[in-house]
Amino acid sequence: MSIDLSRFHAGFFEESLEGLAVMEAGLLALEDGSADGETLHAIFRAAHSIKGGAGSFGFTRISQATHHLETLLDELRSGHREADASVLRVLYQSLDGVRAMIAAAQAGEPMPEAQIQAFEAALKAVLDPSATVKADSAVAPGARAESTSTGWNISFAPSSALLSTGNEPLLLMQALSELGTLSGEVHIPDDLHLPDLAPDDCRLSWRLRLETAANEAAVRDIFAWVEDCCVLTLSPIPDRVETPQPVTLTAKTQQVPPTAAADADHADPQSPARLPTASIRVGVDKVDVLINLVGELVITQAMLQQASSELDPAMFERLYAGLAQLERNTRALQASVLAVRMLPVGTVFSRFPRLVRDLADKFGKKVRLVLDGEGTELDKGMIERITDPLTHLLRNALDHGLETPAERLAAGKPEEGRLKLSARHASGAIVLEIEDDGRGLNRDRIVARALERGVISQPPATPAEIDQLIFEPGFSTAETVTDVSGRGVGMDVVRKNVLALGGRIDLSTTPGQGTRITVRLPLTLAILDGMSIAVGDEVFIVPIASVLESFLPGPEHLPPLGGNQCLVKVRERYLPLIRLSERFGLPSGVDGPGIAVVVEADGRRLALMVDALVGQQQVVIKSLEQNYQTVPGIAGATILGDGRVALILDVAQLASESALAVAA
Amino acid sequence: MDGGTPTADMAEASTAGAEYLTFCLGNENYGVDILRVQEIRGYDAVTRLPAAPAFIKGVINLRGTIVPVVDMRIKFGLGEPVYDTFTVMVILNVASRVIGMVVDRVSDVVRLSPEEIRTTPEFGSGLDVRYVAGLAERDGQMLIVVDIEKLFKSQEMALFDSAVAQ
Repeated sequence: MSIDLSRFHAGFFEESLEGLAVMEAGLLALEDGSADGETLHAIFRAAHSIKGGAGSFGFTRISQATHHLETLLDELRSGHREADASVLRVLYQSLDGVRAMIAAAQAGEPMPEAQIQAFEAALKAVLDPSATVKADSAVAPGARAESTSTGWNISFAPSSALLSTGNEPLLLMQALSELGTLSGEVHIPDDLHLPDLAPDDCRLSWRLRLETAANEAAVRDIFAWVEDCCVLTLSPIPDRVETPQPVTLTAKTQQVPPTAAADADHADPQSPARLPTASIRVGVDKVDVLINLVGELVITQAMLQQASSELDPAMFERLYAGLAQLERNTRALQASVLAVRMLPVGTVFSRFPRLVRDLADKFGKKVRLVLDGEGTELDKGMIERITDPLTHLLRNALDHGLETPAERLAAGKPEEGRLKLSARHASGAIVLEIEDDGRGLNRDRIVARALERGVISQPPATPAEIDQLIFEPGFSTAETVTDVSGRGVGMDVVRKNVLALGGRIDLSTTPGQGTRITVRLPLTLAILDGMSIAVGDEVFIVPIASVLESFLPGPEHLPPLGGNQCLVKVRERYLPLIRLSERFGLPSGVDGPGIAVVVEADGRRLALMVDALVGQQQVVIKSLEQNYQTVPGIAGATILGDGRVALILDVAQLASESALAVAA
Repeated sequence: MDGGTPTADMAEASTAGAEYLTFCLGNENYGVDILRVQEIRGYDAVTRLPAAPAFIKGVINLRGTIVPVVDMRIKFGLGEPVYDTFTVMVILNVASRVIGMVVDRVSDVVRLSPEEIRTTPEFGSGLDVRYVAGLAERDGQMLIVVDIEKLFKSQEMALFDSAVAQ
C-alpha cells in the first residue's frame, strides 16, 4: 500500500520551523546563562523530531545532515561536552543550514549543498576529536567513563505501573542483548505473596551486566519508553584504570525533574514569557469564511433592528428583548471570531534575539535586547507585514543608534547597550516601540545631509521637524554604508510600509541618551476606521487615518482659475482639489461647492470635494477584486449597516494621480 | 463551485443531455448551463462603480460578498432597461467568480441533448457569435445557448483584470 506522503509535508515543514525556533531560543538561553535543565532536552527533542520527520517523509538529505547535529546535541545533553562558544557557533550555523534545507524542500528547490556541507564539516570537526578518543582503547586518564568502559552494569527496577502501561521487560532484555552479551539476575521481593498479586503488578527487579561497546545513550535509548515507570541505574563495568561515576536516573510518572522545577522558580525575570501552546491548526481561509459569515450576521441583525424599530415596543416586548439579546450575542461573537485571527506578537519578536546577537557580533557592540509584551495580540496578516519594518528599525538602532563599548564607556554609560522592543495595546491600537539608549539622532548632521542631498532647501525650524527628515526618501546618514543598513532604502520604506498597514510612525530622541521609535498599528487589517462621505446618492469611506481636516470652503478658499477649479487654499497653502463626483462620474447631489476633506497619503496632501460628511464608523474591508477587477482610486468595498455596498477610497492612489499633490 | 469538470459535463450531456436555464432579453430567448447558476433573485439597489462601462450596473452585497452586476439588456442593446419589482437577477458562478446578470425575465429550465444544440450561423443578435455555444428550438421558439464563461471572461465584458482574462 502506498500512501501519498506529500499531503503531510506542509505539517512537517511547519513543525520543523517551529522546532528550529525552539532550538534557537534554547541556544540563546544557553548562551546568556538563563538555560535550565530542560533547555538542552528541548533542543535535542526538536532536532530529533526534525530528523525523524525528515526521514519518514523521504527528505533523506535533511535527515542525514540533522543526524550529526543530533549527535552533538546528545553529547551536550548527556554532559559529555560543554556548550562553549565554539560549539554554540557551530550549532547556530547548523540551525541556519537546516532552516535553509527546509525552506528549499518547501519551495521544491534543490538543497543548498554548499551551506549543508559547510555546517556538516563544522559539526564533524567538533565531533571528531571525541570520535578518535572513542576508537582509541588506551585512553588518557580522566577521560569520560563512556570511552573506557567495556560494558554496563544495569540496575532496573520497574515500578508497578510498568506492565499496566503496556511495556514488557522481556522485550527490553532482548533489545539489550542485541547490543552485546547480556547476563544478570532477577531479584524477587521477599514479601511476595502470590495469591494477592495483581497480574499487571510488576514486582521483579533486575541486575544486569551488559558487555558492549555501546555508549550510555544507546543503552538509555532502550529504556526511553519506560523511563517514567522505573528506577534505572547505569554504571560502567569498572575498567582497570577508571573509577567512573554512576549515573542515576530516577523518574516517576508525571514528576517534573526537581532541578527543572527549582530553576523555573528562580527563572530570570527577563526571560521571555511562555506563550500559550495549546492550539489547533486551522487554515486562514476557514477563519476568513467565519469572519465573513459573522459580518453578515451583524448586518442581518442591524436590518432586523431597523425593521423592528417601527413596531410598538409595548406590543412586541418579547421581540424587542430577543433582538436586544441577539445584538449582544452577535457583537460578542464578532469580537471572538476576529480574535481568532489574532496572534501574539511574540511570534515576530522571537526571531529578534538571534538577529540582535548576530548583528552585535558583527558591529563589535555589546547589546542586551529586552522584549516586553510578547503576549500582545495582532492580526496575523499584520504580523507578517510588520516583520520587515521592525527588523529594519532594530538594525538601524544597532547600527546607528548604539555606540561601541569604548564610546559608551567614554560617555559614562554602561558598556552594554540596551535595546528594548515592546508591544502594548493603547486605545484600540497596537503600539510597538523600539527604544535604545544610544547616542540619539545627530540633528546637525541630519540637517547637513538633508541639505546636501536636496531633501530640503532650507533648515527646518524645530527639532521635531529635523527628526522627521530621516523618514524622507533618499536619506541615509550612515557614514559607512554597511550591508545591514544605510543602503538608502531606509526609514522612508519603513514609514511607507507602516502607513500601508494603516499605521503611523513617530520618533523621539534625546541626544546622548537614546532614541525611541513608536509604531502605531490598527488592531486588524480586516477592519478599518472610516469616515463616510456622501457624493450624490453614493456613500464612500475614507480611512480616518488619512483624514486631516474638513471645512466648508468659501469663495476666498477657491481661487478663480479659469475652467476647472482644481486648487483650494488651506491656511496660506494651495492644495490640489479633486471633485469626487467628477472623478467618479457621479451626479452631484448638491449645488454649492460642498465640503472639502483634506487628506494625506504617502506624504502628499490633497483635498477631496464631497457633498456631505455622513459619519464615522468601523467598516469590514471586503475585496472588490474577488469577483470584479481593480478600480483605480478604490481600495476595496464594505457593507454598510443597511446592507448596501460602499466603496473605500484609495487615498494614496488619488494623491499620486494628482501630480500637484503637495508634500506634507 | 465551477459547475463540475468539463468531462463530467460531457458525460452527462451524452447520456441525458444537460439542463439549461432560459431567460429573455427583449424578444430573444437565451439559455445558460444551469450548473453555472447559483441563484435567482430580485434586483437590489446597486452601488455604482467609477470608470465602469454602462452595462456594469455596479456591485451588490450578496451575503457578505461583493458581487458585480451586469445588465445584459444594456450590453446587447435589447429590451428596455427598466428596474422594478419584476426585474430579475441571475447570480452566476463563472471561473470561480460570482457575477450577477440582469435579464428581463427568467422563463424555464429545459433539458437539451447535444444533438438538439446546433451550430451557429452568423446571425443578427446582440450577442457576438463567438460566445454562442449553439442554437436550439423549444416550443417553436429559437433558444440561443450562451457560452457564459467565454462571454464573461472576454475583454469586452470588462469583468476581469486583463491579466486574468489574458
